[in-house]
Amino acid sequence: MSGTWMTTRAWLLMLPLLVVMVAVIGWPLVDTVGLSFTDAKLVGTGGNFVGFDNYANMLSSSNFSRTLVTTTLFAVISVAAEMVIGVLAALLLNQQFHGRAILRALMILPWALPTVVNATLWRLIYNPEYGALNAALTQLHLIDAYRSWLGEPGTALAALIVADCWKNFPLVALIALAALQAVPRDITAASLVDGAGPFNRFRFVILPYLAGPLMVALVLRTIEAFKVFDIIWVMTRGGPANSTRTLSILVYQEAFSFQRAGSGASLALIVTLLVTVLAVAYAALVRKTAGSAA
Amino acid sequence: MERQSPAFSILIHACALLLAAVILAPIAWLFIMSISPAADLAAKPLRWWPQSADFSRYQQLLSTAENSAGAAFTSSLRNSLEIAGMATIAALALAIPAGWAVSRTPSIGWSLSMVIATYMLPPVALAVPLYMGLSYLGLLNNVFGLALVYLTILAPFTTWLMKAGFDSIPREIEAAAMIDGAGLFQTLRIITLPLAAPVMATSALFAVLLAWDEFFYALLFTSDQRAKTLTVAIADLAGGRVSDYGLIATAGVLAALPPVLIGLVMQRALISGLTSGGVKG
Repeated sequence: MSGTWMTTRAWLLMLPLLVVMVAVIGWPLVDTVGLSFTDAKLVGTGGNFVGFDNYANMLSSSNFSRTLVTTTLFAVISVAAEMVIGVLAALLLNQQFHGRAILRALMILPWALPTVVNATLWRLIYNPEYGALNAALTQLHLIDAYRSWLGEPGTALAALIVADCWKNFPLVALIALAALQAVPRDITAASLVDGAGPFNRFRFVILPYLAGPLMVALVLRTIEAFKVFDIIWVMTRGGPANSTRTLSILVYQEAFSFQRAGSGASLALIVTLLVTVLAVAYAALVRKTAGSAA
Repeated sequence: MERQSPAFSILIHACALLLAAVILAPIAWLFIMSISPAADLAAKPLRWWPQSADFSRYQQLLSTAENSAGAAFTSSLRNSLEIAGMATIAALALAIPAGWAVSRTPSIGWSLSMVIATYMLPPVALAVPLYMGLSYLGLLNNVFGLALVYLTILAPFTTWLMKAGFDSIPREIEAAAMIDGAGLFQTLRIITLPLAAPVMATSALFAVLLAWDEFFYALLFTSDQRAKTLTVAIADLAGGRVSDYGLIATAGVLAALPPVLIGLVMQRALISGLTSGGVKG
Protein backbone atom coordinates (compact mmCIF):
# COMPACT_ATOMS: atom_id res chain seq x y z
CA MET A 1 0.00 0.00 0.00
CA SER A 2 1.36 3.42 -0.86
CA GLY A 3 2.59 5.83 1.81
CA THR A 4 0.40 8.72 0.68
CA TRP A 5 -2.76 6.63 0.93
CA MET A 6 -1.69 5.48 4.42
CA THR A 7 -1.21 9.09 5.48
CA THR A 8 -4.48 10.25 3.91
CA ARG A 9 -6.33 7.41 5.62
CA ALA A 10 -4.74 8.31 8.96
CA TRP A 11 -5.83 11.93 8.59
CA LEU A 12 -9.36 10.81 7.76
CA LEU A 13 -9.46 8.77 10.96
CA MET A 14 -8.07 11.73 12.94
CA LEU A 15 -10.56 14.13 11.37
CA PRO A 16 -13.54 13.67 13.74
CA LEU A 17 -11.32 14.25 16.78
CA LEU A 18 -9.68 17.29 15.21
CA VAL A 19 -13.01 18.81 14.16
CA VAL A 20 -14.43 18.45 17.67
CA MET A 21 -11.22 19.77 19.27
CA VAL A 22 -11.26 22.83 17.01
CA ALA A 23 -14.92 23.42 17.90
CA VAL A 24 -14.62 23.08 21.69
CA ILE A 25 -11.00 24.18 22.29
CA GLY A 26 -9.53 25.92 19.23
CA TRP A 27 -12.36 28.29 18.48
CA PRO A 28 -13.00 29.26 22.14
CA LEU A 29 -9.30 29.95 22.63
CA VAL A 30 -9.12 32.20 19.58
CA ASP A 31 -12.33 33.91 20.69
CA THR A 32 -10.84 34.47 24.15
CA VAL A 33 -7.88 36.20 22.51
CA GLY A 34 -10.27 38.42 20.55
CA LEU A 35 -12.36 39.21 23.63
CA SER A 36 -9.29 40.12 25.64
CA PHE A 37 -8.83 43.23 23.48
CA THR A 38 -12.37 44.46 24.05
CA ASP A 39 -14.45 45.77 26.93
CA ALA A 40 -17.19 43.18 26.20
CA LYS A 41 -19.60 42.20 28.96
CA LEU A 42 -20.64 38.59 29.52
CA VAL A 43 -24.18 39.27 28.32
CA GLY A 44 -25.11 41.57 25.47
CA THR A 45 -23.35 42.30 22.25
CA GLY A 46 -19.89 43.18 21.09
CA GLY A 47 -17.86 45.55 23.15
CA ASN A 48 -15.36 48.07 21.88
CA PHE A 49 -11.79 47.45 20.88
CA VAL A 50 -9.57 48.71 23.68
CA GLY A 51 -6.14 47.42 22.60
CA PHE A 52 -3.94 46.22 25.42
CA ASP A 53 -5.84 48.18 28.10
CA ASN A 54 -7.19 45.02 29.79
CA TYR A 55 -3.72 43.50 29.99
CA ALA A 56 -2.20 46.73 31.30
CA ASN A 57 -4.94 47.16 33.91
CA MET A 58 -4.71 43.55 35.04
CA LEU A 59 -0.93 43.38 35.26
CA SER A 60 -0.73 46.62 37.21
CA SER A 61 -3.52 45.79 39.66
CA SER A 62 -2.61 44.84 43.20
CA ASN A 63 -5.28 42.12 42.99
CA PHE A 64 -3.28 40.36 40.31
CA SER A 65 0.10 40.49 42.03
CA ARG A 66 -1.38 39.36 45.33
CA THR A 67 -3.25 36.52 43.64
CA LEU A 68 -0.12 35.46 41.78
CA VAL A 69 1.74 35.22 45.09
CA THR A 70 -1.09 33.20 46.66
CA THR A 71 -1.21 30.83 43.68
CA THR A 72 2.55 30.35 43.72
CA LEU A 73 2.56 29.68 47.46
CA PHE A 74 -0.25 27.16 47.11
CA ALA A 75 1.38 25.40 44.15
CA VAL A 76 4.95 25.29 45.48
CA ILE A 77 4.13 24.23 49.04
CA SER A 78 1.46 21.65 48.21
CA VAL A 79 3.39 20.06 45.33
CA ALA A 80 6.66 19.97 47.32
CA ALA A 81 4.89 18.37 50.28
CA GLU A 82 3.11 15.88 48.02
CA MET A 83 6.39 14.85 46.40
CA VAL A 84 8.27 14.41 49.69
CA ILE A 85 5.46 12.61 51.52
CA GLY A 86 4.65 10.58 48.41
CA VAL A 87 8.23 9.31 47.99
CA LEU A 88 8.52 8.51 51.70
CA ALA A 89 5.24 6.59 51.55
CA ALA A 90 6.44 4.71 48.45
CA LEU A 91 9.70 3.73 50.18
CA LEU A 92 7.62 2.44 53.08
CA LEU A 93 5.23 0.54 50.81
CA ASN A 94 8.24 -1.10 49.16
CA GLN A 95 9.34 -2.62 52.51
CA GLN A 96 8.03 -5.89 53.85
CA PHE A 97 5.35 -5.74 56.53
CA HIS A 98 2.06 -7.36 57.40
CA GLY A 99 -0.92 -5.90 55.55
CA ARG A 100 1.20 -4.38 52.81
CA ALA A 101 -1.18 -5.41 50.03
CA ILE A 102 -4.14 -3.86 51.86
CA LEU A 103 -2.31 -0.61 52.52
CA ARG A 104 -1.27 -0.38 48.86
CA ALA A 105 -4.91 -0.84 47.85
CA LEU A 106 -6.04 1.85 50.31
CA MET A 107 -3.75 4.41 48.67
CA ILE A 108 -6.13 4.63 45.72
CA LEU A 109 -8.96 5.94 47.96
CA PRO A 110 -8.00 9.63 48.32
CA TRP A 111 -7.23 9.79 44.61
CA ALA A 112 -10.58 8.26 43.69
CA LEU A 113 -12.54 10.54 46.00
CA PRO A 114 -14.06 13.32 43.84
CA THR A 115 -12.30 16.67 44.40
CA VAL A 116 -15.53 18.33 45.46
CA VAL A 117 -16.26 15.56 47.99
CA ASN A 118 -12.73 15.91 49.35
CA ALA A 119 -13.17 19.67 49.68
CA THR A 120 -16.53 19.21 51.39
CA LEU A 121 -15.12 16.60 53.76
CA TRP A 122 -12.28 18.89 54.87
CA ARG A 123 -14.63 21.81 55.15
CA LEU A 124 -16.63 19.76 57.64
CA ILE A 125 -13.44 18.72 59.47
CA TYR A 126 -12.36 22.36 59.77
CA ASN A 127 -15.83 23.57 60.84
CA PRO A 128 -15.41 26.28 63.50
CA GLU A 129 -18.26 25.04 65.74
CA TYR A 130 -18.60 21.31 65.22
CA GLY A 131 -15.52 20.31 63.25
CA ALA A 132 -13.51 17.20 64.05
CA LEU A 133 -10.18 19.07 64.03
CA ASN A 134 -11.30 21.49 66.74
CA ALA A 135 -12.79 18.63 68.74
CA ALA A 136 -9.68 16.47 68.47
CA LEU A 137 -7.23 19.27 69.29
CA THR A 138 -9.35 20.40 72.25
CA GLN A 139 -9.73 16.90 73.63
CA LEU A 140 -5.95 16.45 73.33
CA HIS A 141 -5.53 19.83 75.13
CA LEU A 142 -3.53 21.24 72.23
CA ILE A 143 -5.82 24.27 71.87
CA ASP A 144 -7.97 26.01 74.48
CA ALA A 145 -10.76 27.32 72.29
CA TYR A 146 -12.29 26.31 68.96
CA ARG A 147 -10.81 28.15 66.00
CA SER A 148 -12.13 29.05 62.59
CA TRP A 149 -9.45 27.39 60.48
CA LEU A 150 -10.90 28.47 57.16
CA GLY A 151 -12.21 31.76 58.52
CA GLU A 152 -8.90 33.32 59.52
CA PRO A 153 -6.52 34.67 56.85
CA GLY A 154 -3.58 33.27 58.81
CA THR A 155 -4.65 29.63 58.64
CA ALA A 156 -6.99 29.31 55.64
CA LEU A 157 -4.33 28.75 52.97
CA ALA A 158 -2.44 26.24 55.14
CA ALA A 159 -5.70 24.38 55.82
CA LEU A 160 -6.38 24.21 52.06
CA ILE A 161 -2.88 22.94 51.36
CA VAL A 162 -3.30 20.12 53.90
CA ALA A 163 -6.58 19.07 52.24
CA ASP A 164 -5.00 19.18 48.77
CA CYS A 165 -1.95 17.24 49.92
CA TRP A 166 -4.01 14.52 51.54
CA LYS A 167 -5.81 13.91 48.24
CA ASN A 168 -2.76 14.02 45.99
CA PHE A 169 0.24 12.55 47.83
CA PRO A 170 -1.06 8.96 47.43
CA LEU A 171 -0.91 9.36 43.65
CA VAL A 172 2.74 10.41 43.83
CA ALA A 173 3.32 7.45 46.15
CA LEU A 174 1.75 5.00 43.68
CA ILE A 175 3.79 6.38 40.77
CA ALA A 176 6.99 6.25 42.85
CA LEU A 177 6.16 2.74 44.07
CA ALA A 178 5.74 1.50 40.49
CA ALA A 179 9.18 2.96 39.70
CA LEU A 180 10.73 1.43 42.83
CA GLN A 181 9.46 -2.00 41.85
CA ALA A 182 11.35 -1.64 38.58
CA VAL A 183 14.70 -1.33 40.42
CA PRO A 184 16.47 -4.66 39.82
CA ARG A 185 17.03 -6.56 43.06
CA ASP A 186 20.62 -7.54 42.22
CA ILE A 187 21.60 -3.87 41.91
CA THR A 188 20.44 -3.04 45.44
CA ALA A 189 22.03 -6.26 46.66
CA ALA A 190 25.32 -5.35 44.97
CA SER A 191 25.30 -1.89 46.54
CA LEU A 192 24.87 -3.56 49.96
CA VAL A 193 27.86 -5.79 49.31
CA ASP A 194 29.83 -2.71 48.28
CA GLY A 195 28.99 -1.23 51.67
CA ALA A 196 26.70 1.61 50.61
CA GLY A 197 24.78 3.16 53.53
CA PRO A 198 21.00 3.71 53.32
CA PHE A 199 21.36 7.34 52.23
CA ASN A 200 23.92 6.67 49.53
CA ARG A 201 21.91 3.69 48.36
CA PHE A 202 18.87 5.92 47.93
CA ARG A 203 20.82 8.74 46.32
CA PHE A 204 22.93 6.77 43.82
CA VAL A 205 21.12 3.46 43.29
CA ILE A 206 17.39 4.07 43.72
CA LEU A 207 16.89 7.75 42.85
CA PRO A 208 18.02 7.40 39.21
CA TYR A 209 15.13 4.97 38.68
CA LEU A 210 12.69 7.35 40.37
CA ALA A 211 13.85 10.55 38.67
CA GLY A 212 12.00 10.13 35.37
CA PRO A 213 8.53 9.18 36.66
CA LEU A 214 8.81 11.69 39.51
CA MET A 215 9.66 14.51 37.12
CA VAL A 216 6.56 13.71 35.07
CA ALA A 217 4.44 13.66 38.23
CA LEU A 218 6.05 16.94 39.35
CA VAL A 219 5.27 18.66 36.04
CA LEU A 220 1.67 17.50 35.88
CA ARG A 221 0.97 18.23 39.55
CA THR A 222 2.49 21.71 39.30
CA ILE A 223 0.37 22.58 36.26
CA GLU A 224 -2.72 21.29 38.09
CA ALA A 225 -1.85 23.22 41.24
CA PHE A 226 -1.32 26.40 39.27
CA LYS A 227 -4.77 26.04 37.66
CA VAL A 228 -6.46 25.12 40.97
CA PHE A 229 -10.11 26.11 41.28
CA ASP A 230 -12.43 23.38 42.61
CA ILE A 231 -11.04 22.73 46.08
CA ILE A 232 -10.67 26.44 46.82
CA TRP A 233 -14.08 27.38 45.51
CA VAL A 234 -15.81 24.76 47.64
CA MET A 235 -13.79 25.39 50.81
CA THR A 236 -13.31 29.18 50.94
CA ARG A 237 -14.39 30.80 47.62
CA GLY A 238 -11.06 32.62 47.80
CA GLY A 239 -11.73 34.15 51.23
CA PRO A 240 -11.37 35.18 53.96
CA ALA A 241 -10.29 38.68 52.88
CA ASN A 242 -9.12 37.13 49.58
CA SER A 243 -6.32 35.30 51.39
CA THR A 244 -6.90 32.10 49.40
CA ARG A 245 -7.82 33.68 46.08
CA THR A 246 -5.87 31.99 43.28
CA LEU A 247 -5.61 33.06 39.64
CA SER A 248 -8.45 30.82 38.43
CA ILE A 249 -10.73 32.18 41.17
CA LEU A 250 -9.81 35.74 40.16
CA VAL A 251 -10.67 35.00 36.50
CA TYR A 252 -13.99 33.49 37.56
CA GLN A 253 -14.85 36.57 39.63
CA GLU A 254 -13.82 38.97 36.89
CA ALA A 255 -15.55 37.20 34.00
CA PHE A 256 -18.60 35.69 35.68
CA SER A 257 -19.28 37.42 39.02
CA PHE A 258 -18.57 40.92 37.64
CA GLN A 259 -19.48 39.85 34.09
CA ARG A 260 -16.47 41.66 32.62
CA ALA A 261 -15.80 39.15 29.84
CA GLY A 262 -13.08 41.25 28.18
CA SER A 263 -10.81 41.78 31.14
CA GLY A 264 -11.57 38.25 32.40
CA ALA A 265 -10.36 36.91 29.05
CA SER A 266 -7.13 38.91 29.23
CA LEU A 267 -6.48 37.57 32.71
CA ALA A 268 -7.23 34.01 31.59
CA LEU A 269 -4.67 34.36 28.81
CA ILE A 270 -2.05 35.70 31.22
CA VAL A 271 -2.64 32.59 33.35
CA THR A 272 -2.38 30.39 30.25
CA LEU A 273 0.91 32.03 29.31
CA LEU A 274 2.30 31.49 32.82
CA VAL A 275 1.29 27.81 32.79
CA THR A 276 2.80 27.36 29.31
CA VAL A 277 6.12 28.93 30.33
CA LEU A 278 6.15 26.70 33.39
CA ALA A 279 5.40 23.60 31.30
CA VAL A 280 8.06 24.37 28.69
CA ALA A 281 10.70 25.00 31.34
CA TYR A 282 9.74 21.76 33.03
CA ALA A 283 9.76 19.81 29.78
CA ALA A 284 13.37 20.89 29.24
CA LEU A 285 14.14 19.77 32.78
CA VAL A 286 12.46 16.40 32.21
CA ARG A 287 14.48 15.81 29.08
CA LYS A 288 17.65 16.65 30.99
CA THR A 289 16.74 14.34 33.87
CA ALA A 290 15.83 11.51 31.51
CA GLY A 291 19.14 12.03 29.71
CA SER A 292 21.25 11.90 32.85
CA ALA A 293 19.37 8.94 34.33
CA ALA A 294 19.85 6.81 31.23
CA MET B 1 17.93 -9.75 50.45
CA GLU B 2 18.32 -7.41 53.38
CA ARG B 3 17.58 -9.06 56.71
CA GLN B 4 15.37 -6.95 58.94
CA SER B 5 16.39 -6.30 62.51
CA PRO B 6 13.48 -6.43 65.01
CA ALA B 7 13.81 -2.71 65.73
CA PHE B 8 13.62 -1.91 62.00
CA SER B 9 10.62 -4.17 61.61
CA ILE B 10 8.81 -2.45 64.46
CA LEU B 11 9.61 0.95 62.97
CA ILE B 12 8.25 -0.12 59.58
CA HIS B 13 5.05 -1.45 61.09
CA ALA B 14 4.58 1.73 63.14
CA CYS B 15 5.02 3.87 60.01
CA ALA B 16 2.58 1.65 58.11
CA LEU B 17 -0.01 2.08 60.86
CA LEU B 18 0.49 5.84 60.77
CA LEU B 19 0.06 5.93 56.98
CA ALA B 20 -3.07 3.77 57.19
CA ALA B 21 -4.49 6.12 59.84
CA VAL B 22 -3.74 9.21 57.74
CA ILE B 23 -5.47 7.69 54.72
CA LEU B 24 -8.42 6.15 56.51
CA ALA B 25 -9.31 8.63 59.26
CA PRO B 26 -10.86 11.35 57.05
CA ILE B 27 -12.76 8.79 54.95
CA ALA B 28 -13.98 6.91 58.01
CA TRP B 29 -15.07 10.20 59.58
CA LEU B 30 -17.08 11.09 56.46
CA PHE B 31 -18.96 7.81 56.80
CA ILE B 32 -19.40 8.13 60.58
CA MET B 33 -20.83 11.63 60.13
CA SER B 34 -23.31 10.24 57.61
CA ILE B 35 -24.75 7.75 60.12
CA SER B 36 -24.45 9.79 63.34
CA PRO B 37 -27.59 11.36 64.79
CA ALA B 38 -27.48 15.16 64.33
CA ALA B 39 -27.29 15.63 68.12
CA ASP B 40 -24.08 13.56 68.30
CA LEU B 41 -22.42 15.72 65.66
CA ALA B 42 -23.29 18.91 67.51
CA ALA B 43 -22.27 17.56 70.93
CA LYS B 44 -19.40 19.12 72.87
CA PRO B 45 -17.20 17.28 73.45
CA LEU B 46 -17.81 15.74 70.06
CA ARG B 47 -19.13 12.17 70.10
CA TRP B 48 -16.77 10.23 67.81
CA TRP B 49 -18.83 7.08 67.67
CA PRO B 50 -22.63 7.26 67.24
CA GLN B 51 -24.77 5.80 70.00
CA SER B 52 -26.91 4.24 67.34
CA ALA B 53 -26.34 4.04 63.60
CA ASP B 54 -28.81 6.20 61.72
CA PHE B 55 -29.16 5.44 58.03
CA SER B 56 -32.22 7.63 57.51
CA ARG B 57 -30.26 10.29 55.62
CA TYR B 58 -29.48 7.79 52.86
CA GLN B 59 -33.18 7.10 52.56
CA GLN B 60 -33.88 10.83 52.60
CA LEU B 61 -31.38 11.62 49.80
CA LEU B 62 -32.42 8.72 47.60
CA SER B 63 -36.14 9.44 47.86
CA THR B 64 -37.69 11.20 44.93
CA ALA B 65 -40.51 12.99 46.75
CA GLU B 66 -41.14 16.36 45.14
CA ASN B 67 -39.29 19.44 46.44
CA SER B 68 -37.35 17.38 48.95
CA ALA B 69 -33.58 17.36 49.40
CA GLY B 70 -33.82 13.93 47.80
CA ALA B 71 -35.38 15.25 44.60
CA ALA B 72 -32.47 17.67 44.04
CA PHE B 73 -29.96 14.95 44.86
CA THR B 74 -31.44 12.19 42.72
CA SER B 75 -31.85 14.49 39.73
CA SER B 76 -28.21 15.55 40.00
CA LEU B 77 -27.22 11.90 40.31
CA ARG B 78 -29.13 11.12 37.13
CA ASN B 79 -27.60 14.12 35.33
CA SER B 80 -24.09 13.07 36.36
CA LEU B 81 -24.71 9.54 35.10
CA GLU B 82 -26.16 10.75 31.80
CA ILE B 83 -23.44 13.32 31.17
CA ALA B 84 -20.59 10.98 32.13
CA GLY B 85 -22.09 8.24 29.95
CA MET B 86 -22.65 10.41 26.89
CA ALA B 87 -19.30 12.17 27.14
CA THR B 88 -17.46 8.87 27.60
CA ILE B 89 -19.10 7.22 24.60
CA ALA B 90 -18.44 10.28 22.43
CA ALA B 91 -14.83 10.53 23.61
CA LEU B 92 -14.17 6.87 22.81
CA ALA B 93 -15.84 7.19 19.40
CA LEU B 94 -13.34 9.96 18.61
CA ALA B 95 -10.38 8.40 20.40
CA ILE B 96 -10.39 4.88 18.96
CA PRO B 97 -9.94 5.79 15.25
CA ALA B 98 -7.62 8.70 16.07
CA GLY B 99 -5.53 6.63 18.47
CA TRP B 100 -5.17 3.83 15.94
CA ALA B 101 -4.29 6.25 13.14
CA VAL B 102 -1.51 7.91 15.15
CA SER B 103 -0.21 4.58 16.41
CA ARG B 104 0.10 3.15 12.87
CA THR B 105 1.11 6.37 11.10
CA PRO B 106 3.64 8.14 13.34
CA SER B 107 4.14 10.89 10.76
CA ILE B 108 0.84 12.48 11.86
CA GLY B 109 1.74 12.16 15.55
CA TRP B 110 2.33 15.89 15.89
CA SER B 111 -1.42 16.49 15.55
CA LEU B 112 -2.06 14.34 18.63
CA SER B 113 0.73 16.15 20.49
CA MET B 114 -1.10 19.41 19.81
CA VAL B 115 -4.36 17.94 21.08
CA ILE B 116 -2.63 16.71 24.23
CA ALA B 117 -0.88 20.04 24.78
CA THR B 118 -4.32 21.56 25.37
CA TYR B 119 -4.09 19.89 28.79
CA MET B 120 -2.05 22.91 29.86
CA LEU B 121 -4.89 25.31 29.11
CA PRO B 122 -6.70 26.37 32.25
CA PRO B 123 -10.46 25.88 31.75
CA VAL B 124 -10.91 29.58 32.47
CA ALA B 125 -9.20 30.31 29.13
CA LEU B 126 -12.11 28.65 27.30
CA ALA B 127 -14.95 29.38 29.69
CA VAL B 128 -16.23 32.72 28.41
CA PRO B 129 -16.59 31.77 24.70
CA LEU B 130 -17.98 28.36 25.66
CA TYR B 131 -20.55 30.09 27.83
CA MET B 132 -21.52 32.47 25.02
CA GLY B 133 -21.53 29.63 22.46
CA LEU B 134 -23.72 27.34 24.58
CA SER B 135 -26.02 30.25 25.28
CA TYR B 136 -26.28 30.96 21.52
CA LEU B 137 -27.09 27.29 20.81
CA GLY B 138 -29.60 27.13 23.65
CA LEU B 139 -27.46 24.47 25.36
CA LEU B 140 -26.84 26.24 28.66
CA ASN B 141 -28.25 24.25 31.59
CA ASN B 142 -28.49 21.21 29.32
CA VAL B 143 -26.97 17.75 29.75
CA PHE B 144 -26.01 17.54 26.06
CA GLY B 145 -24.24 20.89 26.21
CA LEU B 146 -22.23 19.91 29.27
CA ALA B 147 -21.34 16.51 27.79
CA LEU B 148 -20.08 18.31 24.68
CA VAL B 149 -17.92 20.63 26.79
CA TYR B 150 -16.54 17.64 28.72
CA LEU B 151 -15.00 16.40 25.47
CA THR B 152 -12.38 19.16 25.98
CA ILE B 153 -11.13 17.10 28.93
CA LEU B 154 -12.03 13.52 27.99
CA ALA B 155 -11.12 13.29 24.30
CA PRO B 156 -7.39 14.22 24.49
CA PHE B 157 -6.86 11.93 27.45
CA THR B 158 -8.65 8.88 26.02
CA THR B 159 -6.92 9.32 22.65
CA TRP B 160 -3.57 9.32 24.41
CA LEU B 161 -4.45 6.11 26.28
CA MET B 162 -5.81 4.42 23.15
CA LYS B 163 -2.72 5.33 21.16
CA ALA B 164 -0.49 3.80 23.85
CA GLY B 165 -2.76 0.72 23.81
CA PHE B 166 -2.57 0.25 20.03
CA ASP B 167 1.22 0.76 20.21
CA SER B 168 1.43 -2.42 22.30
CA ILE B 169 -0.46 -4.47 19.67
CA PRO B 170 2.08 -5.55 17.01
CA ARG B 171 1.14 -4.30 13.57
CA GLU B 172 2.45 -7.59 12.13
CA ILE B 173 -0.75 -9.25 13.35
CA GLU B 174 -2.78 -6.81 11.26
CA ALA B 175 -0.46 -7.28 8.29
CA ALA B 176 -0.87 -11.06 8.51
CA ALA B 177 -4.67 -10.78 8.45
CA MET B 178 -4.52 -8.45 5.45
CA ILE B 179 -2.26 -10.88 3.57
CA ASP B 180 -4.88 -13.55 4.24
CA GLY B 181 -7.29 -11.35 2.34
CA ALA B 182 -9.08 -9.42 5.08
CA GLY B 183 -9.89 -5.79 4.32
CA LEU B 184 -8.80 -3.03 6.64
CA PHE B 185 -12.07 -2.65 8.53
CA GLN B 186 -12.52 -6.41 8.77
CA THR B 187 -9.00 -6.66 10.21
CA LEU B 188 -9.70 -3.94 12.74
CA ARG B 189 -13.01 -5.48 13.74
CA ILE B 190 -11.81 -9.07 14.03
CA ILE B 191 -8.19 -8.66 15.14
CA THR B 192 -7.27 -5.24 16.52
CA LEU B 193 -10.32 -4.04 18.42
CA PRO B 194 -10.79 -7.28 20.41
CA LEU B 195 -7.11 -7.11 21.38
CA ALA B 196 -7.58 -3.47 22.39
CA ALA B 197 -10.68 -4.22 24.49
CA PRO B 198 -8.86 -3.97 27.86
CA VAL B 199 -7.40 -0.58 26.90
CA MET B 200 -10.81 0.59 25.77
CA ALA B 201 -12.26 -0.45 29.13
CA THR B 202 -9.51 1.38 31.03
CA SER B 203 -9.96 4.48 28.88
CA ALA B 204 -13.71 4.41 29.41
CA LEU B 205 -13.32 4.13 33.19
CA PHE B 206 -10.84 7.01 33.23
CA ALA B 207 -13.24 9.07 31.16
CA VAL B 208 -16.13 8.30 33.51
CA LEU B 209 -13.99 9.26 36.53
CA LEU B 210 -12.93 12.54 34.90
CA ALA B 211 -16.50 13.45 33.97
CA TRP B 212 -17.84 12.42 37.40
CA ASP B 213 -15.21 14.62 39.07
CA GLU B 214 -15.67 17.72 36.91
CA PHE B 215 -16.87 20.82 38.72
CA PHE B 216 -15.80 24.08 37.07
CA TYR B 217 -17.76 23.84 33.80
CA ALA B 218 -20.73 22.28 35.60
CA LEU B 219 -20.78 25.20 38.04
CA LEU B 220 -20.74 27.72 35.18
CA PHE B 221 -23.04 26.08 32.66
CA THR B 222 -25.84 24.60 34.78
CA SER B 223 -28.36 26.36 36.95
CA ASP B 224 -31.09 23.97 38.07
CA GLN B 225 -32.21 20.36 38.40
CA ARG B 226 -32.40 19.89 34.65
CA ALA B 227 -28.62 19.74 34.30
CA LYS B 228 -26.90 20.31 37.66
CA THR B 229 -24.39 17.55 38.34
CA LEU B 230 -23.56 15.83 41.62
CA THR B 231 -20.45 17.92 42.21
CA VAL B 232 -22.47 21.13 41.93
CA ALA B 233 -25.25 19.71 44.11
CA ILE B 234 -22.72 18.82 46.81
CA ALA B 235 -21.04 22.21 46.63
CA ASP B 236 -24.52 23.77 46.98
CA LEU B 237 -25.16 21.66 50.07
CA ALA B 238 -21.75 22.44 51.56
CA GLY B 239 -22.04 26.16 50.91
CA GLY B 240 -25.73 26.49 51.72
CA ARG B 241 -27.63 26.77 54.95
CA VAL B 242 -27.98 23.06 55.64
CA SER B 243 -27.84 22.68 59.41
CA ASP B 244 -27.42 18.91 59.41
CA TYR B 245 -23.78 18.24 58.55
CA GLY B 246 -24.56 14.53 58.43
CA LEU B 247 -26.70 15.15 55.34
CA ILE B 248 -23.77 16.81 53.54
CA ALA B 249 -21.56 13.88 54.54
CA THR B 250 -24.15 11.40 53.24
CA ALA B 251 -24.23 13.14 49.85
CA GLY B 252 -20.43 12.95 49.83
CA VAL B 253 -20.42 9.23 50.59
CA LEU B 254 -22.93 8.51 47.82
CA ALA B 255 -21.03 10.61 45.27
CA ALA B 256 -17.72 9.00 46.23
CA LEU B 257 -19.01 5.44 46.12
CA PRO B 258 -18.89 4.80 42.33
CA PRO B 259 -15.38 6.22 41.72
CA VAL B 260 -14.00 4.57 44.85
CA LEU B 261 -15.38 1.19 43.77
CA ILE B 262 -13.97 1.69 40.27
CA GLY B 263 -10.64 2.67 41.83
CA LEU B 264 -10.45 -0.40 44.04
CA VAL B 265 -11.52 -2.88 41.38
CA MET B 266 -9.41 -1.39 38.61
CA GLN B 267 -6.38 -0.51 40.75
CA ARG B 268 -3.77 -2.23 38.63
CA ALA B 269 -5.05 -0.96 35.29
CA LEU B 270 -5.54 2.55 36.64
CA ILE B 271 -2.01 2.77 38.01
CA SER B 272 -0.44 1.55 34.78
CA GLY B 273 -2.59 4.09 32.93
CA LEU B 274 -1.45 6.84 35.29
CA THR B 275 2.21 5.95 35.10
CA SER B 276 2.03 5.84 31.31
CA GLY B 277 1.79 9.57 31.41
CA GLY B 278 -1.52 10.98 32.52
CA VAL B 279 -2.67 12.26 35.86
CA LYS B 280 -6.18 13.11 36.83
CA GLY B 281 -6.69 16.67 38.06
